[in-house]
Amino acid sequence: MTAVFKHELRSYFHSLTAYVFGAFLLAFVGIGAMMYNIQAAVSNFEFVLSFGSLIFVVIVPVLTMRVIAEERRQKTDQLLYSLPISTVDVIVGKYLALLTVYLVPLLVVSIYPLIFSQFGEVYLPTAYGSIVAFFLLGAALIAVGMFLSSLTDNQGFAAGIGIAVILLNYYSVSLSEYVSSSAFGAVAALLVIILLFSWVIRHLTGNDTLASVLCLVLIVALMILYVTNSGALEGLLPNVMEKLSLFERFYVFVNGMFDLTGVVYYLTVAAFFLFLSVQSLEKRRYN
Amino acid sequence: MITVEHLTKHYGDFVAVEDLSFEIEEGHVYGFLGPNGAGKSTTMNIITGCLSATRGHVRIDGYDIFEEPAQAKKRIGYLPEQPPLYLNETPREYLRFVGEAKGLKGAELEAQIRQVMEQTRIQEVAGRRISALSKGYRQRVGIAQALLGNPKVIILDEPTVGLDPHQIIEIRDLIRQLGQSHTVILSSHILSEVQTMCEKILIIAKGRLIAFDTPENLERQMLSPGEITLVAETGRQRAEEILSQVEHITQLQAEEETDTWVRLRLKTDQRDIHPVSRAVFQAFARSGENLLEMSLKKANLEDIFLELTEDEKTPEGGQK
Repeated sequence: MTAVFKHELRSYFHSLTAYVFGAFLLAFVGIGAMMYNIQAAVSNFEFVLSFGSLIFVVIVPVLTMRVIAEERRQKTDQLLYSLPISTVDVIVGKYLALLTVYLVPLLVVSIYPLIFSQFGEVYLPTAYGSIVAFFLLGAALIAVGMFLSSLTDNQGFAAGIGIAVILLNYYSVSLSEYVSSSAFGAVAALLVIILLFSWVIRHLTGNDTLASVLCLVLIVALMILYVTNSGALEGLLPNVMEKLSLFERFYVFVNGMFDLTGVVYYLTVAAFFLFLSVQSLEKRRYN
Repeated sequence: MITVEHLTKHYGDFVAVEDLSFEIEEGHVYGFLGPNGAGKSTTMNIITGCLSATRGHVRIDGYDIFEEPAQAKKRIGYLPEQPPLYLNETPREYLRFVGEAKGLKGAELEAQIRQVMEQTRIQEVAGRRISALSKGYRQRVGIAQALLGNPKVIILDEPTVGLDPHQIIEIRDLIRQLGQSHTVILSSHILSEVQTMCEKILIIAKGRLIAFDTPENLERQMLSPGEITLVAETGRQRAEEILSQVEHITQLQAEEETDTWVRLRLKTDQRDIHPVSRAVFQAFARSGENLLEMSLKKANLEDIFLELTEDEKTPEGGQK
């Protein structure tokens, strides 16, 4: 794990990736600080971070696109498989290196509230609470980006999908207002999800019977639920979309609350996508 | 050293490797021979833990590659068909990463990197980016990587493919050297290569092992008759007259005739061709005619290979 970590870190700082990532993050946060803290003379640094979180849509996919896709393209994944290290070591090592690259500009950012506090009253607990949450939000998104990179050997594709996914997540709360909140709408959406899920299961296991039986059982269960207790399904779709928003959780911190459920949520999302990345890497061994 | 038992690999409906069993002993150079798509790379990938098997076991020095991968992989150095190199690194950086991943540290790591660079003769390019290196050097860096950690077995998948003749000779020399201190398994579809480098040959076709023996034994098993081509300083009729005294000549054919000499080709049904060539020589010597040239064509691996892989029959005693 340390070997992978050191190797990745060296490669990030030898190439432009780490610098471009850091420069973009610092530039965007800098613009935000200028707009809010200097021009508008607001003393809340957390608003800057709230504004800055939009940049994740671009910089996270740019950072993570090559992390596994590139290994596949140049066939170095064969080396990783043949070395006496596990796939968990590879994924965790790579992830920690990404987090380090992310942490460096963030450490620079965390000086800002202290600087501003020289010139006025800055409420530091919210500022630093938000910086911690900002880090966790980024960490969760990086895990998502890493998983997307593990699905393909094409960096561009990984980046494109990454931007789409993060953008969708960014706007999911606004979008949730437009989706149907009726029970019928929820059933339709769930049907699509069940079909997609069954297709994924079939793709992963190559077992037609298992996938179709699973699909049928889920559909029957859904129908029974709809007939017996359609109230439970009402408003389900917009609710789920709101719950899935990683950014929405972040605004809780910005509003001055250090939300422990939010911390757990981010850590869970990160762990889940790391787990999926490991599976994705393992799967290639079992194709 | 390596035990492979009933190894089977399916890709969906396609059977890449079917019930492969063999045992590799320590301290020899083994050749994996087969036409393209025979399952050589698949087998090597499974042995090195890069690929799972549908059925069967692989044990390296007693460690199962699927159950104790870390222990088993420490005993193997692997160079896949396409050398897995990080192109924007220098060989030194690359080797440091591989060494660390293999669990080497500090002075030991430095010493081993120096040693493998010396062995593969890449010191002079150690500071250049791999992307700027020639294919021959890249292959050497790939081999250097496999040597790190001093594994007992070195597995090389088509190590000479795509190299120029000069580079091929260098890589072959290197492999021969490695064979003195390691067990080396290499795959190839070039017969002469395997013949010159390997002490034992495994021939696979369509995912099955069809022969496992030394090159000499494989040649001996060949039933196809040998050929003698000779040039005699005499007329055709006189030469045929002399040869009629020699036994075991099944076919005699004049290939070229000039005023002063004749080129004849003769076939024999004898498996050992030397008694026949001796008799030919003696016959000409007794007759007082001059023999200008005589060359023997023994059944070579190429013929064996084609015969084995075409009709997929197993020669007697060929299977181990």
